[in-house]
Amino acid sequence: MKALGIILAGGNSSRMGRLSDKRAISAMPVGCSYRSIDFTLSNMTNSHIQTVAVLSQYNARSLNEHLNSSKWWNFGRKQGGLFLFTPTVTADNSWWYRGTADAMWQNIDFLKQRHEPYVVIANGDCIYKMDFNPVLEYHIQKQADITVVCAKLPEGDDISRFGTVKMDQDGLITEFEEKPMMAHSNIVSTGVYVIRRRKLIELLEQCNEESRYNFVTDILVRYRGMKKIYGYMLESYWSNIATVEAYYQTNMDFLKPEVRKYFFRDEPKIYSKAYDLPPAKYNIGSNVKNSLIGSGCIINSQVENSVLFKKVFVGNNSVIKNSIILNGAYIGDNVRVENCIVESNETLLSDTNYIGENEIKVISERNNRFGV
Amino acid sequence: MMSKEMIAMLLAGGQGSRLGVLTSDVAKPAVAFGGKYRIIDFPLSNCINSGIDTVGVLTQYQPLVLNSHIGIGIPWDLDRTSGGVTVLPPYESGDGSDWYSGTANAIYQNLKYMESYNPEYVLILSGDHIYKMDYEAMLDFHKQNNADVTIAAFPVPMEEASRFGVVVTDENDQIVEFEEKPEHPKSNLASMGIYIFSWPVLRESLIHLKDQSNCDFGKHIIPYCHEKGQRIFAYEFNGYWKDVGTLGSYWEANMELIDLIPEFNLYEEFWKIYTNQDMIEPQYIGPEAHVTKAIIGAGDRIGGEVTGSVLGPGVHVGKGSVVRDSIIMSNADIGENCVIEKAIIAEDVKIGNNVKIGMGEEAESKLNASIYGFGLAVVGQGSVIPNDVTIGKNTAIRGETSLEDYPENELESGGYIIKAGDES
Repeated sequence: MKALGIILAGGNSSRMGRLSDKRAISAMPVGCSYRSIDFTLSNMTNSHIQTVAVLSQYNARSLNEHLNSSKWWNFGRKQGGLFLFTPTVTADNSWWYRGTADAMWQNIDFLKQRHEPYVVIANGDCIYKMDFNPVLEYHIQKQADITVVCAKLPEGDDISRFGTVKMDQDGLITEFEEKPMMAHSNIVSTGVYVIRRRKLIELLEQCNEESRYNFVTDILVRYRGMKKIYGYMLESYWSNIATVEAYYQTNMDFLKPEVRKYFFRDEPKIYSKAYDLPPAKYNIGSNVKNSLIGSGCIINSQVENSVLFKKVFVGNNSVIKNSIILNGAYIGDNVRVENCIVESNETLLSDTNYIGENEIKVISERNNRFGV
Repeated sequence: MMSKEMIAMLLAGGQGSRLGVLTSDVAKPAVAFGGKYRIIDFPLSNCINSGIDTVGVLTQYQPLVLNSHIGIGIPWDLDRTSGGVTVLPPYESGDGSDWYSGTANAIYQNLKYMESYNPEYVLILSGDHIYKMDYEAMLDFHKQNNADVTIAAFPVPMEEASRFGVVVTDENDQIVEFEEKPEHPKSNLASMGIYIFSWPVLRESLIHLKDQSNCDFGKHIIPYCHEKGQRIFAYEFNGYWKDVGTLGSYWEANMELIDLIPEFNLYEEFWKIYTNQDMIEPQYIGPEAHVTKAIIGAGDRIGGEVTGSVLGPGVHVGKGSVVRDSIIMSNADIGENCVIEKAIIAEDVKIGNNVKIGMGEEAESKLNASIYGFGLAVVGQGSVIPNDVTIGKNTAIRGETSLEDYPENELESGGYIIKAGDES
């Protein structure tokens, strides 16, 4: 493909609660077997993008660990590759990434040295499948300066956390509001943009001179009307996981047959790092209904309407309902878990109850697993 | 090229004919095991876990699955700039071409491969067994004893020793005598078919015996070394080691994994077993499903009841179906309201609705009683079974069967339907 990819994976959100204590949102486990960034990475590799830069600064350990080899997404190539760029101190810069545009500006040498004529910019916290080739074709056909991939949210969804968009009949974006209190449209930006590489370099340099650092507010919103910014509608499944509720709901979506088929069995596939875990094991006493179970789990009791990630252990006489149990969690005997998200590698001691009332409870206690 | 201290030669060309229709289309080392793996994953993982990064895999019988499984060795970290895994099929040369006619003959034909690494030691492995073993510890033992050949040996119950090639050792573990399937064994140490040779000794023996027909390690090379007075030692191995050469032992070894704390534990962090997994999706257990005492592979969709069974990746079990005491390999699709008992269903099998397998009284197999026994019903790779048929015990099915193949919708115990390839 004639584009390189940039994934803005730096983000944290206070609305993720304690879940983002441990990791950047892009590294959040999703859909049992994946991490959030796998969806965008797989979309890029499936669109034949060969060069991808991941820009990250918030708690990148987990993300770094996940991206320790580029081969899982087929990026381990002589032509192209996968690059993780975290802020570095250089002769003329000692800042953290002060915003999305600044993150790209600080890596402008990378952009200048590449030869691909276009750039696909995406984030790492959305769950979707997308072929970027038709977007690029649309971008070229419209002779756009920037193309923004948009999705229509169902009525009643919380729109205030997105950038809302209004387009004319041709697809030209006429209004763009970032995180409005009162939304005028239920069409939102998905955070996926297509732009000419040289145009991006020019805009980033101009921004930096004016000490502006944010791609959305300082480029998209400011240049709206002046530049030709087009919207491209994504009609298939799309979800942003950046709040606790959305994260919970997105994982629960995977229990629906059509969502499972779309992501798990339909081509193209979503790739992730291989963990070489044994298959899941069900012992006497296990009783699992309507649930997704990851590799390496060992189950000894009841699990219902839940998503268990990799390597979860469930002891005897426990009950897990409507919950998401992240990888490596250990749930002892006689434990009741309902409407909860249990953090990765948590230990729930025997004879305890965790019930989320009215809202989803995030359990992050860091108990000692082999303590008294 | 940098020389290697020890390289491994893995014999993976055998058919494993006692596995019946399971090995009609794949070599025995490529047969699925434990809900995720193939048999060859165990020696390959043992190699990399033991620090051996150069492995020649000798293939001959039905190598397609094996070749694509091994690829360039990425899953085992055997994709190396120097060494790594190399698949070694028989080849044609100026002096004609020869199939591999015996274990040692196969190694002899790849003398050049070994010479190119100029190793100090060569490890000979077979792709037939389920075990975790540190070959480095065996090499240390070999060096300590200043041995020419070290043979890994496994203590078996005395009454079973007559089924094996046994080694008789002195107090220093040096082998003084070999007995091939002895009537009255003097020892219970069975040879595991795992050898470490000092390279010059191996090279000399192979060249010396190059005209021996069907040249075999157990029958020719080791006796030759023994006659020459080489120092041959037995390395006693006391871990789990399972031969899965017959349908009965293959089924049993899979079933043992289901035990609450299995003797062969795949859930330990230490000594991981690696495999080429193309399925990473999670498994879905439906609202009406019931799964106990089972190992369920990635990407499975379970709509019915599964007990006492091992299911590979990508398997679908329809609503109302019951699977008991069975092995179901990857991507098998089982329809609705089926009952499957004590069966081995190979990869990519399609089973219709209302099918019953493993029913009725046992009867001796009309195809080959020495292969199809143990009360098992065996369905070969890629077979199709139509709706509404009943299949008995000790049966074998291979190929796309249709209702006409089942008189009165039934295949009685001991019967068989082989529709593709040779009857075997």
